[in-house]
Amino acid sequence: MYTFLKNLDRRWIFLLMFLAVAIPILFELQFPEHPTGLAQAVFDEIEALQPGDPVLLAFDYDPASEGELGPMATTFTYHCAKKGLKMYFMALWPVGAQMIDDNIAKVIKADFPELEYGKDYVNLGYKSGYEGVIKVIVTNLRGLYTTDSYGTSIDSIPMMEGVTDIRQMKLLVNVSAGYPGTTEWVQYAITPFSKDLRMVAGCTGITAPLLYPYIPNQLPGLLGAIKGAAEYEQLVMDAYGGEKVDQKYMKARQRMGPQLIAHLLIIGLIIVANILFFMEKRKGVVR
Amino acid sequence: MANMISRERLRRRLPALWYGTWLLRTVFVFVFIAAGAAVVAAPPPAPTGLTAKDHGWDKGTAVDLVWEYPGEAALDGGFFLISYAMDLEDDFRIAGQTLGYETVYTVNGLTPGVDYYFKVVAVNSALEESEAVVSEPVAGRLQWVDGSRIWFLITVMIFCGSVVYFIRHARKGRPLKVRKIAGLEAVDEAVGRATEMGRSVIFVPGIQDMNDIQTIAGINVLSRVAQIAAENSASLEVPTTRSLVMTTARETVQSAFLRAGRPEAYDENKINYITDEQFGYVAYLQGQMVREKPAACFYMGAFFAEALILAETGNSVGAIQVAGTAMPAQLPFFVASCDYTLIGEEFFAASAYLTGSPEELGSLKGQDVGKVLVAIGIVLGVVFATLASITGPEGLNLESYHFFQGFVDYLQGTVLH
Amino acid sequence: MKRNIPLLITAFSGLVLILAYFIPMTQSWGEVAAIWFDILASIAFILGGGNLIKLHARKMALRQAGWAYSAITLLAFALTLFIGLSKIGVSPNLQFPDMAWSGHYRESGAPFWWIYEYAFKPLTATTFSMLAFYIASAAFRAFRAKNLEAILLLGTAFIILLGRTFAGIILTSWLPDSLAGLRIENLTVEIMRVVNTAGSRAIMIGIALGVASTSLKVLLGVDRSYLGSGEE
Repeated sequence: MYTFLKNLDRRWIFLLMFLAVAIPILFELQFPEHPTGLAQAVFDEIEALQPGDPVLLAFDYDPASEGELGPMATTFTYHCAKKGLKMYFMALWPVGAQMIDDNIAKVIKADFPELEYGKDYVNLGYKSGYEGVIKVIVTNLRGLYTTDSYGTSIDSIPMMEGVTDIRQMKLLVNVSAGYPGTTEWVQYAITPFSKDLRMVAGCTGITAPLLYPYIPNQLPGLLGAIKGAAEYEQLVMDAYGGEKVDQKYMKARQRMGPQLIAHLLIIGLIIVANILFFMEKRKGVVR
Repeated sequence: MANMISRERLRRRLPALWYGTWLLRTVFVFVFIAAGAAVVAAPPPAPTGLTAKDHGWDKGTAVDLVWEYPGEAALDGGFFLISYAMDLEDDFRIAGQTLGYETVYTVNGLTPGVDYYFKVVAVNSALEESEAVVSEPVAGRLQWVDGSRIWFLITVMIFCGSVVYFIRHARKGRPLKVRKIAGLEAVDEAVGRATEMGRSVIFVPGIQDMNDIQTIAGINVLSRVAQIAAENSASLEVPTTRSLVMTTARETVQSAFLRAGRPEAYDENKINYITDEQFGYVAYLQGQMVREKPAACFYMGAFFAEALILAETGNSVGAIQVAGTAMPAQLPFFVASCDYTLIGEEFFAASAYLTGSPEELGSLKGQDVGKVLVAIGIVLGVVFATLASITGPEGLNLESYHFFQGFVDYLQGTVLH
Repeated sequence: MKRNIPLLITAFSGLVLILAYFIPMTQSWGEVAAIWFDILASIAFILGGGNLIKLHARKMALRQAGWAYSAITLLAFALTLFIGLSKIGVSPNLQFPDMAWSGHYRESGAPFWWIYEYAFKPLTATTFSMLAFYIASAAFRAFRAKNLEAILLLGTAFIILLGRTFAGIILTSWLPDSLAGLRIENLTVEIMRVVNTAGSRAIMIGIALGVASTSLKVLLGVDRSYLGSGEE
């Protein structure tokens, strides 16, 4: 056993991880969520807005991180639509525009057919230029965006009337998988114009620790990875979901099951590795 | 005004409907008045106390408006319409509108130094307009410097000044000391091993473009790695995710080969653009590593989720790995899977360390001045915030509390704004 | 000359961006510089595409190991580009029903959307999810309680791993409310909020100073690595 574990082929670990993730998905393992302060803060920021308030939803992620960030983007869209906010979608990632399309189709078109494109929501789409885009649109939106994502001139979109820069937004909601993302929004939009702009964000687990320093002044609320998404999803669905919640609004909570088992597996692996380490130490293999 | 425009449009497009509704409305109003009804859908009360003020620290094109509204609930579902004109006799131009509960607005796009009158009208959900309230004439003032950023400007000047000072200082030949960085010492060893084994060296300059300072720092290290590779006749490959990084890397490697006296050995086909797509790039690199089994892998630049995938693959093929990044989230992965890791600042110090040039060393010293500034700020802030919490507001001495708290507020609100 | 012009451009645009930050009147200059950068960034796609074709065509011509993959890459590249540019299967925009090309290339159900939905999306998601496997194997190999620091790190890792799941809540829910702060889910938040933030801030300040000084060197022309090398 000792020799087997000591020379353990990594493919055994891969197999265990596969099972740890696959089994809970197949059995739809799900647990209740207890929202923490940061998720509550995100919820409260959106709750505090009034119907008709303009909100910028910047979806800076791609299909690779969709598994982690998709559910929170869906919940953000749902929450904003329920609140009757005017939604301005945009993306700094090339495929972010598709992520926006997905959410518009899945949430707005499916569950809020009464909302009208151009009046209640608009997809401004992707712009290349990383943080350069933020620097421009924070003072001059029309300098970069002359059309929406589908090529329609923004002058013919009713809800763009009078919108000159993003400081007119009541809140900025960013879903970010890395660069450019929340850090850039904080640095180039929130920090220089802290009096005019507020922002909440959702990010991948790996980038969350880097965003904590911005809490609470620049970033009042933050959803870290699928855990944060699950907490926020619970809050929104408790408030607006009603009796029967659609499957697509349970995705974050459903993904917490595999996360639990995978985390337990990693803890188990670390413990086994350390037992081996101490056995080796006793045998004098390592110093 | 918006209301009027839409009526106008209606009249032009559907005259029958327009005149029909007009007739109906007139009849209704007549009937109501005749019946002596007390309430006829009354227009909303007018806003009061409108003040206009120059929007501070800008180029003079904006004016802030604040007003009060007596009937809060009355404007539920309605809005305020804001307009402006240079003369009271002129037509007022619409600036925008705010939702019924908002009583502040910033008018943009004005000409600096010109007096404007501002007008606010309340419009209820039935699109009935209140009496207008008009402000005193106000002009936007052009500010030459954004005063709210003056402390930042001072900090930037001290920092940049000290970097420049120490660069000049070092150029005069005064010695500056840098501590030993193990990861950089390992560069020679790793390339040497690749030569002995007859295998290649892979250099990954991160997955960001040239506008990322980390990519520039990575290219600095590449220059050194390429020179050693040229001296040892080792094969060096540089796959990139951005075409601009590719062209830069080509020039860097070419001049490093020239420096090493082997310009003929340079082959630009080994430095390529793969794809901008993060995971497409990962797939390419993984394939290359598994097929070619490089003896040494360098990861120097900005990395994201691919860091662990690359480093673990490199580890599995037994390569010596040296990483350097300023992405704190990826550092743990590199530390776990690589032999040496340059952490944050060490990575930026790499070019100074490797070249030993006085300019580079001087700038490192200048960074230390920046650190001292930050440390002073932190210590002052902590001490004063602690004193403020000891002295008040219900504590020992209210006067001292105001002084300490005032300092903390100034530090947070003005200096760090 | 080849070096001086880029150096001048760098110094000039850097200066403009700095001025635009501090002098309100020049704010729009900064915007212009940023828009120029956007234009350049877009042109880089052409440079990249050209090199991609060259690299893989060369591999195929020389019959290098794995040249078949290059053929697939080129085929996929050409096909995606063609379908996207020619908007195959896209219905016209409602405003311009007579113009076949007025529709949007990403239209749901069109071939381009199909490539994105059924090839690109699953492929990238698969590569990303490989992280889970690598994290497990890296944790098994590298996480050893070698010394005090490593033990602290291990302890923290366990708390965070448990605290990010329901397990944390079950394990310590028996703790009375007076000790609620010691419940794993609350400990996780505190570790992230206090300890992690303190460490992150220190690293970030160091990095920010490094970035600032490197940027300054680039603007002053001391660091010329981005032009190829340090030498003239």
